[in-house]
Amino acid sequence: MSTFRGGIHPYEGKTISMNKPTLTVQPKGDMVFPVSQHIGAPASPIVAVGDVVLVGQKIAEATGFVSSPVISSVSGKVKAIEPRQTVDGSKVMSIIVENDEEYRTVEGFGKERDYTKLSKDEIKEIVKEAGIVGMGGAGFPTHVKLAPKEPEKIDHVIVNAAECEPYLTSDYRMLLEEPEKVIGGLKVMLSLFDGAKGVIAIEDNKPEAIKKLQELTANESNITVKVLKTKYPQGAERQIIYMVTGRKIGSDKLPADAGCIVDNVDTVIGIYNAVCLSTPLIRRIITLTGEAVREPVNVNVRIGMHYAEMVKQAGGFGVDPKKIISGGPMMGKALSTLDIPVTKTSSSLLALAKDDVADSKETACIRCGRCVAACPMQLVPTKMAAACRKGDKATFEKLHGMECYGCGSCTYVCPAKKQLTQLFVRTRSEILADRKKK
Amino acid sequence: MSNLYNVSASPHVRSKASTTKIMLDVIIALLPAAGFGIYNFGLSAALVILITVATCVCTEFCYEKLMKLPVTIGDLSAVVTGLLLALNLPASAPWWMCVLGGVFAILVVKMLFGGIGQNFMNPALAARCFLMISFAGRMTAWVYDGVSAATPMAKLRSGATPELLTYFIGNYAGTIGETSALCLLIGACYLLIKKVITWKIPVIYVATTVIFIGIFGRFGFDAKYLLSEVLTGGLLIGAFFMANDYTTSPITAWGQVIYAVLLGVLTGIFRLWGATTEGVSYAIIISNLLVPLIEKVTIPAPFGKAGAKKA
Repeated sequence: MSTFRGGIHPYEGKTISMNKPTLTVQPKGDMVFPVSQHIGAPASPIVAVGDVVLVGQKIAEATGFVSSPVISSVSGKVKAIEPRQTVDGSKVMSIIVENDEEYRTVEGFGKERDYTKLSKDEIKEIVKEAGIVGMGGAGFPTHVKLAPKEPEKIDHVIVNAAECEPYLTSDYRMLLEEPEKVIGGLKVMLSLFDGAKGVIAIEDNKPEAIKKLQELTANESNITVKVLKTKYPQGAERQIIYMVTGRKIGSDKLPADAGCIVDNVDTVIGIYNAVCLSTPLIRRIITLTGEAVREPVNVNVRIGMHYAEMVKQAGGFGVDPKKIISGGPMMGKALSTLDIPVTKTSSSLLALAKDDVADSKETACIRCGRCVAACPMQLVPTKMAAACRKGDKATFEKLHGMECYGCGSCTYVCPAKKQLTQLFVRTRSEILADRKKK
Repeated sequence: MSNLYNVSASPHVRSKASTTKIMLDVIIALLPAAGFGIYNFGLSAALVILITVATCVCTEFCYEKLMKLPVTIGDLSAVVTGLLLALNLPASAPWWMCVLGGVFAILVVKMLFGGIGQNFMNPALAARCFLMISFAGRMTAWVYDGVSAATPMAKLRSGATPELLTYFIGNYAGTIGETSALCLLIGACYLLIKKVITWKIPVIYVATTVIFIGIFGRFGFDAKYLLSEVLTGGLLIGAFFMANDYTTSPITAWGQVIYAVLLGVLTGIFRLWGATTEGVSYAIIISNLLVPLIEKVTIPAPFGKAGAKKA
């Protein structure tokens, strides 16, 4: 099977959670809705303390094109609007709703709708108002993705079902449990782009899901299932576009420049729910997994729920975790505390019983070249790192350092345990900040 | 704030690879050749290996203690250097030559340039060439089965017919570790399977040498002579264990190709027209010096080629 150059094969860790049906939990206590759960301008609260809100009610509205509203996932009274700690450790203005556990909904909530009777603009507006963002982790507002400058040039709509991060199985469970929603969501997206074909791209370590999708799409002339080699970072946007279309894009281009719209499984389901079932983004699936978790499982949870409460309801920890990560082990964020809310981009909660980072000691680079071989962007990480350590941003850029998207492959393979990705991510953001100043 | 978890930037998992494990694999891969050397040349070979390895480890330890640096002998790289140097010495080498070579390799070539990963030449080969220049007589006083003997390369130059099976097994005169092609290839296979090395530099190096000698040599593409060129004269130990030394070979894909071709051409030149019959050591240390330059011109274009025009 052909594949992209570079990449790694880390320990998969998926079997511990992949074979159990998704568990639905209901929140208890206060719900916390940060106004910034996406890339772009924070949403602006449109409720006041004391207001009663309903399930599906917009409580903060988008403040620009690249922005996304926030929807309440419970009914109850707005208790406070104040800064609360979120996944990256910073405090973000949040709307706190006292959950009355009655789950009264707004009018029209959950009503079936025929997308073929909607215009393209209506669909995009629904997606925007439903608060849908890229749920793989980045949180880029989906309605922006669906509105490229030249929509007629889009010839591929790709559902990213690679799920290449170790441990994560939420996309897999969704493909097994709700495949018709994935295909339905893809059809909605295809209706926006005449002449585009739909591709569900999936790694070959999910044979059951592949079989199911192939059966369900057998009669869909415009949708195909693309089976990809299991390799990290197969699910990275640039790599998946290359594997589906053969087109390569770098940091100066968007997927739309290569004629592609790429969204992950959860996001596509979100589009389906919003457009066909009049249900905005109020829930998501989180893979609760890792060696420290008593019962690794995928959890269907209302956005805004307290993380620690979710862990408790799902069975809690078997052993004391050393490290807790929101997202996968390769690109996820380490959490110092579980006292934070579930947000739109919380793809998993990974509790590791041992911390590789704390256990490893940095030694001298022996120039083994493993980082060069592993880089999916064909960069030369060890030389870039040398430039970073000297603060030599010009050399870093000359070595194409700005192409790095922080997949972590170089750091993973390094026998000297160098913090390579970490240096690049920091240097890149410094350079981007410098550019803004000019 | 008592119950805070560990935090760090991603990625949060690491492969099991470590410098020590890599070095241990190289040592394991060299054991067949070292064992055969002892069998072939007797206990004096074992003594040379022991003294050289001990000197290398001691030199690194003493230097780091003296300079108040963290001691790094645990990474086993000094053992590898010592072992490689010993395998490149004749079994008849006196103890003081082993010590001198070991000190030169570690102190001058490695530590003074910043330690592991910073040496500009392969330390073992630089030390061998240093000894070669300083004590040419003793370094080429080949003794086999108690009598002085010539190496196959020298014999072939003076018109002898190749004895391929002997060359393959290795029961002939030479340095301790270079003679047995079989043992070296077993070690090379081990390193390839363990993914410590890739095929690229060794195979391109050997192939270039063969083609070069085939074109310019006296016997053309005569398979017997060309095979002799591969099996003897230290080409295999050089190609699989020293030319591809991480620190002193290019890390870029095309750089490795250019470097390997250069090695083959230089080896061919030295073998055909040089003063000595084998040219592997000199070819490698000269090519080592060109690595920074080769890397500079072979930085790959990134995926998607964005930014390629800038800079």
